[in-house]
Amino acid sequence: MTKIAEHDMSVIGKKVLRREDPALLSGESKFVADLEAPGVLNIFVLRSSVANARIRSINVQRAKEAKGIVAVYTAADLESEWAAPMPCAWPVTADMKNPAHYPLAKDTVRYVGDGIAVVVAHSTEEAADAASLIEVDYEEQPVVIDLEEALSGRHLVHESLGTNVSYVWELNPNPVGLEKAFTEAKYVVSERYVQQRLIPAAMEPRGVLAVPSPMGGDYTLYSATQVPHILKVMAALTLGISETKLRVIAPSVGGGFGSKLNVYAEELICLALSRKHRLPVKWVEERSEGGQATIQGRGQVQYMELAADADGKLLGVRVNLIADMGAYLQLVTPGIPLLGAFLYHGVYHVANYGFKATGVFTNKTPTDAYRGAGRPEATYAIERAMDALAKKVGVDSAEIRRRNLIQPEQFPYNSPAGLIFDSGDYPKNFEMALEKLGYSKLREEQAQRRLQSSTKNLGIGISFFVEMCGLAPSRVLASLNYSAGGWESATVRILPTSKIQVVTGTSPHGQGHETSWAMIVADKLGVPIEDIEVLHSDTAIAPHGMDTYGSRSLSVGGTAVHLATERVLDKARKLAAHQLEVSEEDLDYGAGAFSVKGAPEKVMPLAGVAFEAFTAHNLPEGMEPNLEASISWDPPNFTFPYGTHLAVVEVDSETGKVELMRYLSVDDCGNQINPMIVEGQIHGGIAQGVAQALYEEAVYDESGNLLNPSLADYLVPSAAEMPNFELGQTVTPSPTNPLGVKGIGEAGTIASTPAAINAVVDALSHLGVTNIDMPASPERVWRAIQSAKG
Amino acid sequence: MKVSMKINGVDYEKDVEPRRLLVHFIREDAGLTGTNVGCDTSSCGACTVLMNGESIKSCTVLAVQAEAAEIQTIEGLAEPDGTLHPLQRAFQECHGLQCGYCTPGMVMASLSLIKENTSLDEQAVRRGLEGNLCRCTGYHNIIKAVLQAADEMGVKA
Repeated sequence: MTKIAEHDMSVIGKKVLRREDPALLSGESKFVADLEAPGVLNIFVLRSSVANARIRSINVQRAKEAKGIVAVYTAADLESEWAAPMPCAWPVTADMKNPAHYPLAKDTVRYVGDGIAVVVAHSTEEAADAASLIEVDYEEQPVVIDLEEALSGRHLVHESLGTNVSYVWELNPNPVGLEKAFTEAKYVVSERYVQQRLIPAAMEPRGVLAVPSPMGGDYTLYSATQVPHILKVMAALTLGISETKLRVIAPSVGGGFGSKLNVYAEELICLALSRKHRLPVKWVEERSEGGQATIQGRGQVQYMELAADADGKLLGVRVNLIADMGAYLQLVTPGIPLLGAFLYHGVYHVANYGFKATGVFTNKTPTDAYRGAGRPEATYAIERAMDALAKKVGVDSAEIRRRNLIQPEQFPYNSPAGLIFDSGDYPKNFEMALEKLGYSKLREEQAQRRLQSSTKNLGIGISFFVEMCGLAPSRVLASLNYSAGGWESATVRILPTSKIQVVTGTSPHGQGHETSWAMIVADKLGVPIEDIEVLHSDTAIAPHGMDTYGSRSLSVGGTAVHLATERVLDKARKLAAHQLEVSEEDLDYGAGAFSVKGAPEKVMPLAGVAFEAFTAHNLPEGMEPNLEASISWDPPNFTFPYGTHLAVVEVDSETGKVELMRYLSVDDCGNQINPMIVEGQIHGGIAQGVAQALYEEAVYDESGNLLNPSLADYLVPSAAEMPNFELGQTVTPSPTNPLGVKGIGEAGTIASTPAAINAVVDALSHLGVTNIDMPASPERVWRAIQSAKG
Repeated sequence: MKVSMKINGVDYEKDVEPRRLLVHFIREDAGLTGTNVGCDTSSCGACTVLMNGESIKSCTVLAVQAEAAEIQTIEGLAEPDGTLHPLQRAFQECHGLQCGYCTPGMVMASLSLIKENTSLDEQAVRRGLEGNLCRCTGYHNIIKAVLQAADEMGVKA
C-alpha cells in the first residue's frame, strides 16, 4: 500500500458524498440547452435521407421565405468559413486514407444523417418547419453497408479513393513464432465474432451555443463536450480563429461515454454562423437526430484464433479485425481498434501474438470512441474464445482460465504485444469471485436442471478482463501516431483567506471530480474539504488540459492534482521555515500546520503561510509572492485495472427470453479515493455492457437507413431489466503513479458484455448452441436453439 | 392561445402556440430549466413532473391541456431554505445520480411512486421506474435511494 492509504486520519478511501449533487438534484445545474443568450439564433440542420447519392440540386428558396427565417445555407454558401476540414487526430498509418470531411456535405452525401443545409431562425420550431420546405434532388448510388462486402470494393463510399480500405495496421512482433505455435498446437480455436454498432445514448443530447463578441473579436463556445480543451484547439484551426480568441466552456454535461469526445460539425457551424451573423447561435440535438448525427460505437467483425497445447495452455493468439469507420473519420475513429490491439490475449500468458486491423468505410454514421473503446471488443473476443477452447479441451471454463492466468510473480509483466502490465494478482481475484458467487454450487444446479430437461436453462458466464487505461504516456501515443499528448495539468492555489482553488484539466460529466479532487487535496494538506473548490471545464480558467476519457482522469489528472499539492506545500514549507527561523528539515507538517520538531509550541498554520505569501512582507530571499503551484504530469506507463465478472442467466428455451438473474464482479482498480464513486462507475458500466450483450444494436437496412434512432426503438435498458449487482474488490496499487490508482470508468463495460453472452451460450451449450450474435434477443436465441437442433 | 397554470405554487399565464408542449412551457415560458428533455418519443422520462399530484411525462401533454393545473417540478421539491427533500437526500446519500441529467425526472417519478404505494420492494420500484431511463448508474443505487426515502416517508418495504 502507498503512503496515502496508510494515513489513518485520511479522507482517502472513505465514502464522501458528492458536492455536485445538491445543484443537480434541485434543477439548478445548467446544461447547454438551459443557457440563454440575448438575440440568439437557433439553427436546424437538414440531413440526408439517403445513404449514398450525388446531390443534383438543392432548392432552399421556399425555406428562405418562411416565417421567422433569418438565413438558409448549403455547403457552397459556407465554403469560405473553413480554414481546414474537420479534424481526425489519429492517422494510424502514414498512408491512411482520410477523405476531406466538411461540416456540410457538398456534392455527395455518404450516410443517412449527413448534413446538407442549415436553417437559421429565431426559434427552433421555425427553423425545423422551414427545413421541411427544402427540396433536394438526389441521384442515388449503390450503398456499402456490410463490412466484408466493403472489402471487396465492388461499390465505393469515396469514389476518388478507389478503395473502401482506410488503413491496414499490424502488430506482429514474431511472425515465425506465431506460425509455429499454430502448426504445433494440439488445439486450435477459430471463431468469428460480430461487434454490432451501438448508439451511445448519453441521456443529455448534444448541444452547442456559440456567443461572439464581434467588436472584441472573440468567441465563447458552450458545448456538451467531454473535451473542451481539444475542441478549442481543433475549432480554432478549423475556423481560422486565433486560439487566443476562443474560449470553450463545457457546462453541466449529461454523460458522454465517448460520444462527446469529438469535434462535431454542429460545433463548427454554430461558431461559423456566430461569426457571420455577429449574434449568438444555438443548436440542440433531437434524440432521433442524434442516432444519426452523433458517432456510434463498436462495429467490428473479429476473426479470433487461439493455439493451445494438450493441457489447454495457450501457445499463440492471432486476431484479424475488420473495423467499420463509417462514412468519414471523426476525431479518433481509426485509432479505436488500436486501443484494443494489445489486449486480445487478455489476462492470459502467451508467448506468441499477432494482430491485424483493417479499417473500412461504409455508408453509415462514423464510429468513434464508445465506453471502453477497443478494449471491450478485445475482451469479448478473448473471453468468448477461452470458453470455446475449454469446450475443445473438455474442461470447465473456470479451469481453462486458471491454467493460463498470468501469475503474480510475473509482474511487471512484459506482454507479448509489447506492453508492461503494472501490477496484479489475478488468481486471487479470480478465486475470490468464484467463491463469492458459489460457482460450484451453481454448476451442480445447472446439471440438475439439465437432468430434469428443464426449459429454464441456467447459464454461468465468466469474463476476466484487463484493460490499459490512464491514457496515456505521450511517447507511447507518439509511437501510435496519435497527434496529441496524454499528460494532464493541475494548479493548486491557496488564497489569502486560506481557501483553496484547485484547477484541473480534466472535464467531468458525471464522474464527480469536484469531490474526488477535493479529497486528494484535503488529504495532503490536512485542511477541511469544504475549504477546497475545484474548477474545471472552462478553457479560460483551466487553460491546459487533455480532458476526460479512457479512464484517465484519476490516474493522470488526479495525480497531477496530488503533485501540484505537494509542490505548493514545498513552497509553504520554505516560507514557514524562513519565518520560524528554522531549517525546512526541522519542520513537521500535519493537520494543516507546520510545527518545529521538538518544539511543538512553535506552530505556523497553512492559513498563516498563505497570508504571508500574499502580503509578501517577509519572504525568503528570491521567493515569489503568492502560494500557488502548477504541474503538467505525463504518466510513465498505462495503468492496468482488472477483474472477474460473472453473470448468471436463465434462458427460456421455449421463448428464447434471457433473464439476468445475478451479476457479480470483483474489480481491482488499485487504491480507491472514493469507494462510493468507484461502485457507481462499476454499476453503470456493467449495465452498459450487458445492454450490448442483450438489448442494443443500431440496425441498418440494406439501403443504409438506420431503423432505430429513437429511444422508442433503440433498447436502452430500464431498471426493470437489471438486477442488483454484487460487488467485491481486491486492491493492488499501481506503481505507475504516486496515488497507486488505476481507473474504473470503463471497467464494467469492458468486462460485462462477454460475461453475459458466455452465460447465454453456456445455458444452451448442452443443446449444441455454440454461438449467439449480439444482442441475444429472444428471436436470436430461439433461432440458435432451433438451428442447433438441426 | 392563453394558458394559465400554477407551477411550484407560482401563477404563470402566457399566450402560446396550440402545439406548445408542457415541457417547453415549463422550461421556456416559466424559465424552470430543471426539467430536462432527453428524447423525442416520450421514452426517457427525463421531463417527468407532477401534474395535480400525478407524475406525467411533460412532453406528452400540451401546455393548453394543463390549463388551471397545479404542476410540481424538481425546483419545487427542496425547502425554501435549501434543505433537500428526503428523496433528494436519499439520492445523494445512495449515490443515485452521476451526470444528473435524468435525475429531475427520476426523482419526480419516484416521488409519485412512493406517494401512490403503501408498500414498495425492489421489484416494485424497478417496475415503477420502467419509464425513466438512466445511462450512468445501472439503476442499482437509484433503487436503493427510492427504497430508503420510501422508508423514511413512511412507506413499508
